[in-house]
Amino acid sequence: MKWDWSAVGDFMPRFWDGVLVTLQALVLGSLIAFALGLVWAMAQRSPLKAVRWPVMVVTEFIRNTPLLVQLFFLFYVLPEWGLTLSALTTGIVGLGLHYSTYTAEVYRAGIDGVPVGQWEACTALSMPRGRTWSAVILPQAIRRVVPALGNYVIAMLKDSPMIAVIGALEMLGQARQFTSITFLPTEPITVVGIAFIVIAYPASLLTRALERRLVR
Amino acid sequence: MSAEKNPSTAANGGTNAAAEGSELIKFDNVTKRYGSNVVLDNLCFDVSPGKHVTLIGPSGSGKTTILRLLMTLVKPDEGTIKVAGEYLSHEERNGKLVPAGEKHSREVRKNIGMVFQQFNLFPNMKVLRNITEAPVHVLGLGKDEAEQRARELLEMVGLTDHIDKYPTQLSGGQQQRVAIARALAMRPQVLLLDEVTSALDPELVAGVLDVLRDIAHSTDITMLCVTHEMNFARDISDDVLMFDAGRVIESGAPEKIFTDPEHERTREFLSAVL
Repeated sequence: MKWDWSAVGDFMPRFWDGVLVTLQALVLGSLIAFALGLVWAMAQRSPLKAVRWPVMVVTEFIRNTPLLVQLFFLFYVLPEWGLTLSALTTGIVGLGLHYSTYTAEVYRAGIDGVPVGQWEACTALSMPRGRTWSAVILPQAIRRVVPALGNYVIAMLKDSPMIAVIGALEMLGQARQFTSITFLPTEPITVVGIAFIVIAYPASLLTRALERRLVR
Repeated sequence: MSAEKNPSTAANGGTNAAAEGSELIKFDNVTKRYGSNVVLDNLCFDVSPGKHVTLIGPSGSGKTTILRLLMTLVKPDEGTIKVAGEYLSHEERNGKLVPAGEKHSREVRKNIGMVFQQFNLFPNMKVLRNITEAPVHVLGLGKDEAEQRARELLEMVGLTDHIDKYPTQLSGGQQQRVAIARALAMRPQVLLLDEVTSALDPELVAGVLDVLRDIAHSTDITMLCVTHEMNFARDISDDVLMFDAGRVIESGAPEKIFTDPEHERTREFLSAVL
């Protein structure tokens, strides 16, 4: 095996394109996962069975089927129903949707961890449901689960190469394409591997720092 | 205490001198079961405005369930509860009584404040906001007015210096006094006290009871109190209801109940706790 620095240089333009896609998928996917997961978790606390049940079925279904299948479904089946999204948008939605079912469980644990007395105090003060959630329950629940959410961001980063299969060329996708043209696998894949560590390690340090600050 | 010795409380279908509608709280044949366990058994009693009523009895006799019914944390299996003339867990629709919706319950419940055994302050809010949160967002008070009211209440419970602290920075007794201020900030007609000193270290109990005594004697608020502090009960109560197995077995003025109870079960209970 030999290492060719000029191959690294040749790969760089594609690499930066890939980094951009990876970061977009990660940031926007995380936002979707955080927001949608919260919706799932709150819906599962709804007093209405007609809300709880469908949400439970949908989230269990998504959590227990492969991300890859969901990406293919979103990319190839939705257009049959008239909804065509770009590869990157599909990848972001797919990652966000898939991980929202995990963050929902995280939020759920956080919400369950808020003592029942907090709900009762809100009832005793006649606080409406929306205010009970936003002012009392969620601030306490989310504080506890921020570190766990951080772990899912890292997990999502490591799953992000999957979106290359539908043509959203993130870092690894760019590396493979470069390899298929130049027949040089070592340099691009090594660079991408290092890039994953460079993104993931500070993220995990941040998560741990948050854990120390937020969780007593 | 007041000169009139007319018992304002009629228990288990006892004769009730008060005219229909004048009572603030009215339990009418209320039954509550948990599985096969009957916690309240066809309970009837009512409380006139301004009265301080203490519920005593062995644990599991149904006292706390009464407070939880009034707070609509649980619903009665049978019977009805009225607060200030309105059905609490039911509402009238087309002349029929149906289980109350959340909105109706919330409206009626605004008349009722509650202080819990475990304080249940909001740990994510400072003391001041614990007290102003509901007046601002439920009653629609302006922020300044709500804060003014909160400061007055904090002065009353002796915690002016702690206005900018978080609940966890306070002792249990201080937290409970904040909780009392928080309940009073809603200007309820009825204050429910659920074993409010049971979770406190012994040396902190007196401070909380002093505040409650002060409120009992200086305001016209109606109090419904579950407690094991018999001296406190004797001090503030107009009426004492003795519970056993989901029924009121004896009721009357504290002087009578505590010194010369009629029921054997009451005597046993009091000799065990006094």
